[in-house]
Amino acid sequence: MSGIVGYGASIPRNRIKVEEIAKVWGADAPSYKRGLMLEEKSVPSPDQDTITMSVEASRNALKRAGIDPAEIGAVYVGSESHPYAVKPSGTVLAEALGATPAVHTADLEFACKAGTEGMFIALNLVRSGAVKFGLAVGADTSQGAPGDALEYSAAAGAASFIFGREGLVAEALDTFSYTTDTPDFWRREYMHYPRHGGRFTGDPAYFRHVTGAARGIMDKAKMKPADFDYVIFHQPNGKFPLRVGEMLGFERRQIEPGWLVPKLGNTYSGSSPLGLTATLDIAKPGHMILLVSYGSGAGSDSFIFRVTERIEEVRDLAPKTRDLLDNNKVYLDYGVYVKFRRKIRKAE
Amino acid sequence: MRDVAVIGVGMTKWGELWDKSLRNLFVESALLAIEDAGVEKIDSMVVGCMSSGLFTGQEHLASLLSDYLGRNPIPAARVESACSSGGLAFRQGFLEVASGMSDVVLVGGVEKMTDVTGCEATFALGTAADQEYEGYHGLTFPGLYAMMAVAHMDRYGTTRDQLSMVAAKNHDNGSKNPLAQYPFKVSVEAVNKSVLVADPLRILDCSPITDGAAAVILCPLEAARKAKKPAVRIAGSGHATDTIALASRADLAWLESTRLAADKALAMAGRKVEDMDLFEVHDCFTIAEIMVTEALGLVERGRGGRAVEDGLTALGGKFPVNPSGGLKAKGHPVGATGVAQVVEVVKQLRGEAGERQVKGAERGLTQNMGGTGGSALVHIFEAG
Amino acid sequence: MPTPSRYWREIPQRYRLEGEKCKGCGRIAFPPRPVCPGCGGREFEAVKLAESGRLLTYTVIRVAPEGYEDQSPYAVGIAELDDGARLTAQVVDCDFADLKVGLRVRLEFRKIHEEGEAGVIHYGYKFVPA
Repeated sequence: MSGIVGYGASIPRNRIKVEEIAKVWGADAPSYKRGLMLEEKSVPSPDQDTITMSVEASRNALKRAGIDPAEIGAVYVGSESHPYAVKPSGTVLAEALGATPAVHTADLEFACKAGTEGMFIALNLVRSGAVKFGLAVGADTSQGAPGDALEYSAAAGAASFIFGREGLVAEALDTFSYTTDTPDFWRREYMHYPRHGGRFTGDPAYFRHVTGAARGIMDKAKMKPADFDYVIFHQPNGKFPLRVGEMLGFERRQIEPGWLVPKLGNTYSGSSPLGLTATLDIAKPGHMILLVSYGSGAGSDSFIFRVTERIEEVRDLAPKTRDLLDNNKVYLDYGVYVKFRRKIRKAE
Repeated sequence: MRDVAVIGVGMTKWGELWDKSLRNLFVESALLAIEDAGVEKIDSMVVGCMSSGLFTGQEHLASLLSDYLGRNPIPAARVESACSSGGLAFRQGFLEVASGMSDVVLVGGVEKMTDVTGCEATFALGTAADQEYEGYHGLTFPGLYAMMAVAHMDRYGTTRDQLSMVAAKNHDNGSKNPLAQYPFKVSVEAVNKSVLVADPLRILDCSPITDGAAAVILCPLEAARKAKKPAVRIAGSGHATDTIALASRADLAWLESTRLAADKALAMAGRKVEDMDLFEVHDCFTIAEIMVTEALGLVERGRGGRAVEDGLTALGGKFPVNPSGGLKAKGHPVGATGVAQVVEVVKQLRGEAGERQVKGAERGLTQNMGGTGGSALVHIFEAG
Repeated sequence: MPTPSRYWREIPQRYRLEGEKCKGCGRIAFPPRPVCPGCGGREFEAVKLAESGRLLTYTVIRVAPEGYEDQSPYAVGIAELDDGARLTAQVVDCDFADLKVGLRVRLEFRKIHEEGEAGVIHYGYKFVPA
C-alpha cells in the first residue's frame, strides 16, 4: 500500500484584481471576469520564486509527514518557471530539506502538469521499493504577456507531496496518463512569454486530454463519477474545470473544495496539486478523490486516492490551503505588479 | 616605554576633491605636518587607510606613499581597522616611538572615496560589517547604526530631536572650521526633515563621503621640548575589540569596546574622564555620538540624548564634544578621521583653534571606532 | 563578483540554520566557529536553530547597497530566537508601520539576492511576522 504521507502548500500573499489589469489595457473587466470565472490572482513577491515556494510547501508537507528528511530518497520539482535554465531547482530543495546527499533529484517540465509528473514518478519509486519516501512538488511563478488574456490568470503557488508506504494520509489506488503531441500552448527557448492557440486550447487540448485521462482511469478502476467524493481538475480558469466536470458527469459539490482558481488564478504546475491539498484539508477518512491534471503539449495525469484515518491527526500541523488563499492578502496596483514581475525594461 | 609627543600636525581641506588623487592628498597633509614640526629626518611612517583597494584599486599603499613623499627607503606600514584605521595608525606610531624603535615617526591617515560611485562607496564601507551574516542580508552602515538607534530609543527614550541636536551642534562647530567639508550651520528642523536613509536615521544624521588626509609627527618627549611649537604629550592609549556582527553584541545599545579602550587610556594617563577639557569622538552617525558619550562615562548609560539636549557637550558646555565639527560637518574620509581627531586636539591644546577654541584647554581625548564598534581606539593628550 | 564557493560554503547555515552548541557553556554559535565566543571552549554539538523568536531591533533600508537596489525599501532586523540564539535577517510581509521591538517573527526560505541577470541566485532565510 503506497500513497501520500504528508502534503503542504505555499501561496504568496500578494494579489491583483482583474479590474486593475483591465484598466491599464482598456479591456472590459466584467466580461473577463465572467468569461474566465476569475476575480483575482496571486503574485509572487520579488524574493519568492519556484524554489522558495517549493521549500515552504515541502516544509509544510514534512510537518504533516513527521518523517526524518534524510530518509527521502527522491526529490522532484515540476515547473515551467524554474529559476535557472540550467541548474536544478531540486538540488536547492533537497539541500534545504536535509535530504542530501543520498537522494535522487530531477527537475521536470511539461507546461502545467510538471507537478503531477513528479508525483507519478515519486509514487512509483515508492511502489517499486526503490525509495522509502519520495517527494514531488508542483510550483510555478507563471508569466503572462502584458495585455494578453493569460495576464489575468497566470499566478504563483506550490504544492508538495511526500509519498511512502507508512503513515499514509491518502492511499494511492491507481494512476493513468493520457498523452498526445498537441501544440496548444508553448514557449520557445529565450522567449519571455508563452504563446497559445486561442480557442484551440479548448476542445482538442484541455478537454480531450482531461476527459481521456478521467475516463481512462475510471475504466481501469471500474469506477464512476458518483463513486468519488471529490474531483480536482487542472484549473486554467474558472470555467474549464466546471465544464469538464459536467461533461464527465460530476456534480459541482464534488469539484468545489478543490476549485481555487477564482481567487488564486492559474498556478500552472501548482494548479491541480493545490486543488488536492485544499481537498485533503477537508476530506474525511474513507473519502475517494480523483485528481486529473493537464499540461499543454499535451497530456493529463490522473490519480485515485482514498483518504485514511491518519489525516485527522496531521491535518492541522501545517497551514491549510484555504487559509493561505483567503487570509493576510495584500492587493497590488498594476505598476507594483509589473515591477515585481520584472516586466519593466531597466537600464543596461 | 618612554614618553611620546606630537610636534607637528597637518590636514588638507576635506570634501569632494575631484582634482586630488589619494597620493596627492596624503603627500599634501604629510608635508604640512613635517613643516609644522620643523623636522627633516623621518625614521618611519604608518598610514591608516580603510580601503584604497576597493576605492581606488590600489594596494601596497604604504610603500607607494613613502615613494611619493620622497622618503624611500624608510619602513612604511599601512594598517586597517575599518573606520578606526587612523586611530590604529596613531597607536602603532606611538608604540614605535615609545618602545625606542624609532625617534621620528610620521602617522598619516587618508581616504579617497569619490573615485567610485555612491553605491560602490556604500559597498566598500559595508565591508566593515560581517559580510556573510550582515552584508548578505542587504545591511548597510546606516542600517546597522539605525538598528542601534532603535534599540537605544526603545530602551532609554532617546528622541528624534536629540539625534538632530547632535548634528546641529556639530555643524555649529564645523561652521568655524575652514578645513571642514560642510562649514555651515544646519538646524534641528532641517535634520528632522531630511530624507530617510535607514529608519530612523536621515541623511543629515549621517557623516558624508569625503576625500581627505591628515598627518602628525611623533617624537620622544625630551626631543619635543626643542621643537618649534609647544609639545603635546600622549598621556594614554587604549585599544579594544568587540564582535564584528551587531547581533553577537551583548548589548545592542552600548559600545563596550569604547568603554574598555577608554578605561585603558585613562589608567595609563592616571586620569579620570572628567579631567578632560575636550573630546573628539566618532560621530559617524548622530546616534554614535550619543552612545560614545555614555561609553566614555561623560553621562550615565542611556542619558546621552539628554546630555546633548542640555548643552552638556556644546562648545561652551561642561564636556565639549567634537569642537572640530566631528565627522558630520568636517567629513569622514575613513582612514583619515582618527588622525584628524589628533590634529584637532593638538591645535586646541596649543591654543591654535581660532573661533572654535575651547578656553584654557589642557587635556583632550580622542575616540575613534571601527564598524559598529568592533574596534575602538582612545588616546589622551596633555599640553606640555 | 563573488565566486560560487563563498556562497556554497555557507549553505548549511543559509538553508538549514545549522549552528553549534558549546559543550562547555551551552552557548549557541551561528555560524559555527572553532572557538566558543563565550568560554573559549573547542568542543561543540551540532544544533539547528529555533525557527521563531522576537525582534530586538529593526530598521528600514531606503538607500540600498549595490545589488539590492531593486528591493529597496526593505526592513531588516535582529531577532532573539526561542533558543536564545540571535539572528540578523530581512523582515518581509510586514507593513513598516507594524515593525516594533518585541514583534514575534518566524523564519521563511526566500531569495536573498541575485548576482545580476546571469549570475548565481542566493537563497536564505528571512523573518516574517509570526
